[in-house]
Amino acid sequence: MNTVAEASLSRKVVERASTGQRTRDLMFRLALLASLSMGFVVLAALVIDVVSDGASKLSLDFLTSFPSRISPENTGVESALIGTVYLMILCALFIVPVGVATAVYLEEYANRESRLSRLIEVNIQNLAAVPSVVYGILGLAFIVRGPLGLGPVLLAGALTLGLLVLPVVIIVSREAIRAVPSSIREGSLALGATQWQTIWKHVLPGALPGVATGVILALSRAIGETAPLLVIGAATFARFNPEGITDRFTAMPLAIFEFISDADTDFRAAGAAAILVLLALLVVMNAGAIFLRNRYERKW
Amino acid sequence: MGAPRPDLYRKRTRRSTGEAAIRYALLAAALISILTTTGIVISLLEETVKFFGHVGIGDYLFGTKWTPLSGGRSQSFGVVPLVFDTLYLTGIGLLVAVPFGVGSAIYLSEYASPRVRKTLKPILEVLSGVPTIVFGYFALTFVTPTILKGLGLEVGSFNALSAGLVLGVLVLPTIATVADDALGAVPGSLREGAFGLGASRMQVSLRVVFPAALSGVVAALVLGASRAIGETVIILVAGGQTTNLTLDPAQAMQNMAAFIAAASRADIPTSGPEYGAIFAVGTTLFLMTLLLNAISIRFVRKYRQVYE
Repeated sequence: MNTVAEASLSRKVVERASTGQRTRDLMFRLALLASLSMGFVVLAALVIDVVSDGASKLSLDFLTSFPSRISPENTGVESALIGTVYLMILCALFIVPVGVATAVYLEEYANRESRLSRLIEVNIQNLAAVPSVVYGILGLAFIVRGPLGLGPVLLAGALTLGLLVLPVVIIVSREAIRAVPSSIREGSLALGATQWQTIWKHVLPGALPGVATGVILALSRAIGETAPLLVIGAATFARFNPEGITDRFTAMPLAIFEFISDADTDFRAAGAAAILVLLALLVVMNAGAIFLRNRYERKW
Repeated sequence: MGAPRPDLYRKRTRRSTGEAAIRYALLAAALISILTTTGIVISLLEETVKFFGHVGIGDYLFGTKWTPLSGGRSQSFGVVPLVFDTLYLTGIGLLVAVPFGVGSAIYLSEYASPRVRKTLKPILEVLSGVPTIVFGYFALTFVTPTILKGLGLEVGSFNALSAGLVLGVLVLPTIATVADDALGAVPGSLREGAFGLGASRMQVSLRVVFPAALSGVVAALVLGASRAIGETVIILVAGGQTTNLTLDPAQAMQNMAAFIAAASRADIPTSGPEYGAIFAVGTTLFLMTLLLNAISIRFVRKYRQVYE
């Protein structure tokens, strides 16, 4: 009898303790869920805010008109949209060869233990953390003025943004190259191919989906960058399209900056519409990245 | 891969010349990253040294009046207010980003099922892919007028609170994803051991997993701080263009990065100390982020050493 009573008593104690703990557990879980939903709530609020401010301004005319300082009805983003497209093409032409070559060197050629490759590695890690505005200073001092002296033109903007996002391309491409199993390389080498033939015909094609994803990721970071372009002195307001790589230009984030720096709510609405255009470009790029990854990713 | 490969390559002269050329071309590309760093350092230092020819280092580092762009006698280059505003804005941001970011990380790593985690984490990462000019717009046209003024707060149209809060949202995903990686690196056997002793999920998360991943979580926070310190456009758009040595978050504030962007757009002669101030502030910002990055790398190494 006694032992049964004791047992039921002790079970009660255990249960009571665990009810308290259970409430605390539930509270904790709810708090965690609340912090996680915070991010989603803000994302939703942001999208709703921009859409409700800007959707009515969005039209084909908005895409094909130059900006106006006088009438918010007739303003548009043609020069910025074209500037951004050129900027991204030039930027890609710079970061694809340089980024992939660096990744190939580090993964396929460099001796991991050598001081040089460790220096390059630490350096890339640090570059990834440098604030974008500092790249603007680099662009201003070396590309726009100084040794290259290009002026605030398309090529200067593309090179500045390219240097900024190069670490992204390198880091992602290295992972993609590393994921190609060494049996592929050994097979190719055993058949008499040189190291470069092996890389060009086997390693790079295998790593291509990953590399492409990295490039798109890098470009979708570059497309939204405002600060470095402001610092190198790119125009925020341009009633002309760039026609060559040595022409002055403006870009979407700069046009948005110009619109929302105006206190007039109609111009700010134009800014919201321009944001929608920029976000649409970003969605298309990211969808492209996801498609590439799903369609071409190989399981070895 | 990491293991040294046996030297299988054939040695044939015509081919090997080409192979060597390719090797050097690739090396040249890899050196561009080193050149970038060198370029950044040179471009910063050259003008910074010139700047200190005009302005004393002591006046710069310890002066409490920052009015570099005003002409004549009211011009002053004391960087303290600018550094203070930068840290203050970062502080507001971290007050948001740390609890919410770490909370999100614990949920993703310890509570969410793998399927839920696989869906939610990329959506959270979308938030960090939104261009910062969009966050600036959000702070300026929604957070300040609708939320802050809606709550009855007496804030100006440009204020530190709105810019700081949105800055926090910007770095939240960085902190959440890096901290989630750190928590995920804690071996399952530690969790199983604690569960086996009767611990609840909350106890396991807080008393076993979290302490074990602490250095990784700290690295996440430092990384978030370093991103917040260097953010330009949110502050430029929503924080205002004046520095204020005050603890009142309703006032306008400017950080170092926003100053650089604003001043480089202003029409100033490239020979004077105003121009040099851009680079001196750039150097200060660069050194601060470099330091934070070094700390974060050190913490990451530490937690890797324990479990890998």
